Amino acid sequence: MRSKKHISSSPPRLHPLPVRLMHWTNAVAMIIMIMSGWGIYDDYVIINGLHFSEDFRLGSWAAPSLLWHFAGMWLLALNGLAYLVYGTVTGRLRQRMLPIRLPEVVQTVRDTLHFKIEHDDLTVYNAVQKLLYIVVILAGISQVVTGLLIWKPIQFSSGVALLGGFQAVRIEHFIGMTVIVGFLLVHVALSLLVPRTLWAMLSGGPRLHVKEKAS
Amino acid sequence: MRSPFRPSRPPDPAILDDHRRLIRLIERRGILRGGLSLGMLAMLTGCDVTSQPGVENALRRVSSWNDRVQAALFDPKHLAPTYPKSMILKPPKFNAYYDITEVKPVDAQTWKLELAGLISDKRPWTAERLLALPETEMVIKHICVEGWDYIGGWSGPTLRTFLERVGADLSAKYVAFTTADDYPSSIDMATALHPQTLLATKYAGEPLADPFGFPLRLRMATKLGYKNPKWITAIEVTNRYPGGYWENLGENWFAGI
Repeated sequence: MRSKKHISSSPPRLHPLPVRLMHWTNAVAMIIMIMSGWGIYDDYVIINGLHFSEDFRLGSWAAPSLLWHFAGMWLLALNGLAYLVYGTVTGRLRQRMLPIRLPEVVQTVRDTLHFKIEHDDLTVYNAVQKLLYIVVILAGISQVVTGLLIWKPIQFSSGVALLGGFQAVRIEHFIGMTVIVGFLLVHVALSLLVPRTLWAMLSGGPRLHVKEKAS
Repeated sequence: MRSPFRPSRPPDPAILDDHRRLIRLIERRGILRGGLSLGMLAMLTGCDVTSQPGVENALRRVSSWNDRVQAALFDPKHLAPTYPKSMILKPPKFNAYYDITEVKPVDAQTWKLELAGLISDKRPWTAERLLALPETEMVIKHICVEGWDYIGGWSGPTLRTFLERVGADLSAKYVAFTTADDYPSSIDMATALHPQTLLATKYAGEPLADPFGFPLRLRMATKLGYKNPKWITAIEVTNRYPGGYWENLGENWFAGI
């Protein structure tokens, strides 16, 4: 017998409201951090000859870019922390991202290369999706750590030494940005190819299948 | 010539009716997507959001909040890493809001260090008297807000020694500097009293060269490069926020590293 409560409450949606709010907050924060970061980068480039066009920089010169970067960091870090706490407490992170099996990754990559991208069921992430989400979450955490070390290389001098010195941490921060921008390009391109996923991140998406418990 | 992609027979328009709902959905999505990309475009068109006074004010308020966070993160006992003398870059890197060719040397014979504010003995100091103070030497990293760095060796009395000697109010909030090159600057008292905050008179054991602030400049191991004024002509101890050259243009004031 099902309890009355069980009947009245419909199963949760793929993206509950807190996840959607945090996703779009993160989107804004990431864009602020990336574009202001490009403004800061330009004063002392890491790759000779690589400059970011003014059209893609937030801030007309380094000082306003820095103002944006050090304001955006609060949005990014607090929102990211809220997401990790939420994902851990509700068990969502583990449910959605794990397990990842290597053969599945290989199979999905092979299918994708043959243009067999299936998204019939939005509620199930394929192995490559899981892997990409985990990589980008780790890259985000790494950006916060390396960013903190670049901001306070003397106060956290042992952390800087551990990661190879001030210039090494700058390069690591740059690589982290590259990984996130790479993810962003694939992520946005795929969401436009399968617009249902984009709509799901706005409206909540399909309701999750409820596993019937054996009674 | 007929396109190979065009079917030989036009499709039956009835299939459109079969998929009416789907087509409507596509349009709705299109509008949604269009709206999103329009928002993105507005951000990308370089219509500079920062220059609007409201945004600029909000960002500067966050920057002031960050000053307080940095003051809390600052550990007055934590020492910056030091390096062997063999790693000192000679000469040091020149950096200012003007070119090295525009440096106007200061005459040490007529130069005086004026004192103002919450200091009990405000008699001006000569270079000779400053050189007689106990000297500290430190080989530390200079980190610029732009991202570059180099190792430099600096010596001179600590600012703490000097402030104690002149009877400054060490509970005041700020120490402000006036310079010969119109580069006002100011720091918090906690950093002023840090053991690696020097009134530098020498670089790599030699008297400072003209482009690097002869006869007196500030060198701190715990702040970004632009916080270190050269050619200091006056020191003031105050509780009123003094600002600074770059800070007034939008750079962060505390700038601790």
